Amino acid sequence: MITARDAIFAQIKAALATAPPAPPAAAPSSLTSPGSLDTTEWRDGEATSTASSTVDDAVVTLFAERCGDYGAAVVRVPSRDAATEAARLLADHGVESVVAPEGIGAALLAALANAGIRAVGDTPPLSAAELDQLDGVVTACRVAIAETGTLVLDHAADQGRRALSLVPDTHLCLVRAEQIVAAVPQAVTRLRPSVAAGRPLTWVSGPSATVDIELTRVEGVHGPRTLLVVVAE
Amino acid sequence: MSAIAPPFPEAARKQLANPQLRANLRRATSTIKAKRALRQAEMADWEELRAAAAAIKDRMISQMDVYLEQAEAALTRAGAQVHWARDADEANSVVTALVQATGATEVVKVKSMLTQEIGLNDALRRAGIAPFETDLAELIVQLGHDTPSHILVPAIHRNRAEVREIFLAEMGLVGRPAPPDLSSDPNDLAAAARAHLREKFLRAKVGISGGNFLIAETGTLVVVESEGNGRMCLTLPETLISVVGIEKVLPTFQDLEVFMQLLPRSSTGERMNPYTSMWSGVTPGDGPSNVHVVLVAGGRLKALAEPAARPMLRCIRCSACMNTCPVYQKVGGHAYGSVYPGPIGIVLTPQFRGLDTPLDRSLPFACTLCAACADVCPVKIPLPDLIVRQRHKVAVAKTADLRPHLEVLAMAGAGWLFRRGWRLALAGWALSVVGRLRGARGAIGPLPWPMSRWTRARDLPAPPRQSFRAWWRRGSR
Ligand code: SF4
Repeated sequence: MITARDAIFAQIKAALATAPPAPPAAAPSSLTSPGSLDTTEWRDGEATSTASSTVDDAVVTLFAERCGDYGAAVVRVPSRDAATEAARLLADHGVESVVAPEGIGAALLAALANAGIRAVGDTPPLSAAELDQLDGVVTACRVAIAETGTLVLDHAADQGRRALSLVPDTHLCLVRAEQIVAAVPQAVTRLRPSVAAGRPLTWVSGPSATVDIELTRVEGVHGPRTLLVVVAE
Repeated sequence: MSAIAPPFPEAARKQLANPQLRANLRRATSTIKAKRALRQAEMADWEELRAAAAAIKDRMISQMDVYLEQAEAALTRAGAQVHWARDADEANSVVTALVQATGATEVVKVKSMLTQEIGLNDALRRAGIAPFETDLAELIVQLGHDTPSHILVPAIHRNRAEVREIFLAEMGLVGRPAPPDLSSDPNDLAAAARAHLREKFLRAKVGISGGNFLIAETGTLVVVESEGNGRMCLTLPETLISVVGIEKVLPTFQDLEVFMQLLPRSSTGERMNPYTSMWSGVTPGDGPSNVHVVLVAGGRLKALAEPAARPMLRCIRCSACMNTCPVYQKVGGHAYGSVYPGPIGIVLTPQFRGLDTPLDRSLPFACTLCAACADVCPVKIPLPDLIVRQRHKVAVAKTADLRPHLEVLAMAGAGWLFRRGWRLALAGWALSVVGRLRGARGAIGPLPWPMSRWTRARDLPAPPRQSFRAWWRRGSR
């Protein structure tokens, strides 16, 4: 019996044979192993240096402004104050318990303890119901995008698995200034190694929102209703 | 999606008689349209982005088999199981069997045009599986036993009081009831939906999603959303089934730099949508351990087989063309009798379903050919050209019909008349006699049946007092 797969491929090939491809078709990238992503295509991202270790203050300012536009609380602090500031912000928002991914760092854990916030680890993994009992989550991120005010998580050890930053109602994200890129293309370029390594990505632009009832914007439907961002410079 | 749906003009008349719907639609479409224009204006390279998006999609379309094979291999490497479906029935039975294999009797769903197109929810219900839509608007539509009126804000035809009534009456029947003191404040309504659905998310064993993009080189699926219900469905269940059209494949991950700039701005008029999830198969210790991707061909192969129709496969379902369409703005989505309304709908639906029903034959005419849609489409689909093409196909189909069509007869008559100069001269003279007798002023109408089918929506200009030939002869004398 002919399988659906074979039938579909046969039909696609027959359909494509009826006319030459409209635009000159470049050879498709031939990725066989992760880590060798095709780089011959859209170079926008690379045009602006990806290895920018210098921090452009205008970019950080734009990020803070655009991220704030979505209703997130954004604060900029010197790196050495980031942990205390994060703990203070959480306490200000009435958060008493958070889940803290393994790689979040001792400084933050100490600051949380100082502020009287209970931090729960994720080993062994918490159930969704257990996560639902916690007030908040603290994570780092992989990349942030100034133009769109977006945080991108690749769920490495300092960010935890996807459910952590989803179920609790308050998400505090720590951003290092050098993680902020100007626009989407540079972000996509910087994220390629994460994707090649098989990591999932979550792009977050403000708290969860909907306009489904009479186009009235309502913050917070299913994801965290409060988004707090600490930019460490 | 039923074949007995009335043709567009009839359905439109019914929708137009509803002032609440017209007011809601006007507000929705004009608000989103204005936001979209603002976000487009922010981007200095908007036209270059559109050109890049069209080129990437065309490249994919012209080598679809290559990229699909690549995507299949990458997905398999990443631990996903890939399934293929030729049509809606096959897709539905694949998905049903996958759900049954888990033993689950309910699934949580994130809004997907394709699962609506194939009627997946009905198929699941027939198999005794309860599908729960989790998008707020889809929840309103589902609880209200209704159909979506807009692809982006599907419940735009409901006002807050109606939503409150629906939640109070229906939520308790399928899960956690709405609080009895529920107000009609959208914040309260959203909170009720959050509580109602959270219970479902936390216990769900199976999630079903669509996919906005599928990256061939990495097998990465992308879901773009606002509320976080998508993240819930994609992350919490053990089993995830994604139903994806074969035209959603994109060659490389880097291509997303183009589409992630175009889609949110074109769709909701935001710089970026609140949440986008990207995942490649199974991630050990994070999210579903049982990941399936069902690739559906459906009517897409019919579009692929006609080179002139191929650009419609570029569509990223942003709904910009709808919000800008003067017909859609007045009538809304219901009159189109398809999950795809508006300019792209009247092109896609007859292409996918064929031209066998009066409804599908009427769709390409639900258009003024103003071309506003072509200007906003982020992937530069030449919508007016494709619409004219569908009209041509309708005309050809009518000519081939055994039943004589008035329009075909009229065209044949006109052809006969125009073929000889003297026939045209005679007709011109005869008309001018009528014109003089009537004292030609303004317009004629309404005419008796069968001509009423023309005149009930249009004016027929009154015949002139003299024909062009007569006027010319007099002028040159
Ligand atoms: S045809 Fe273009 S404008 Fe319309 S939904 Fe598709 S991509 Fe958007």
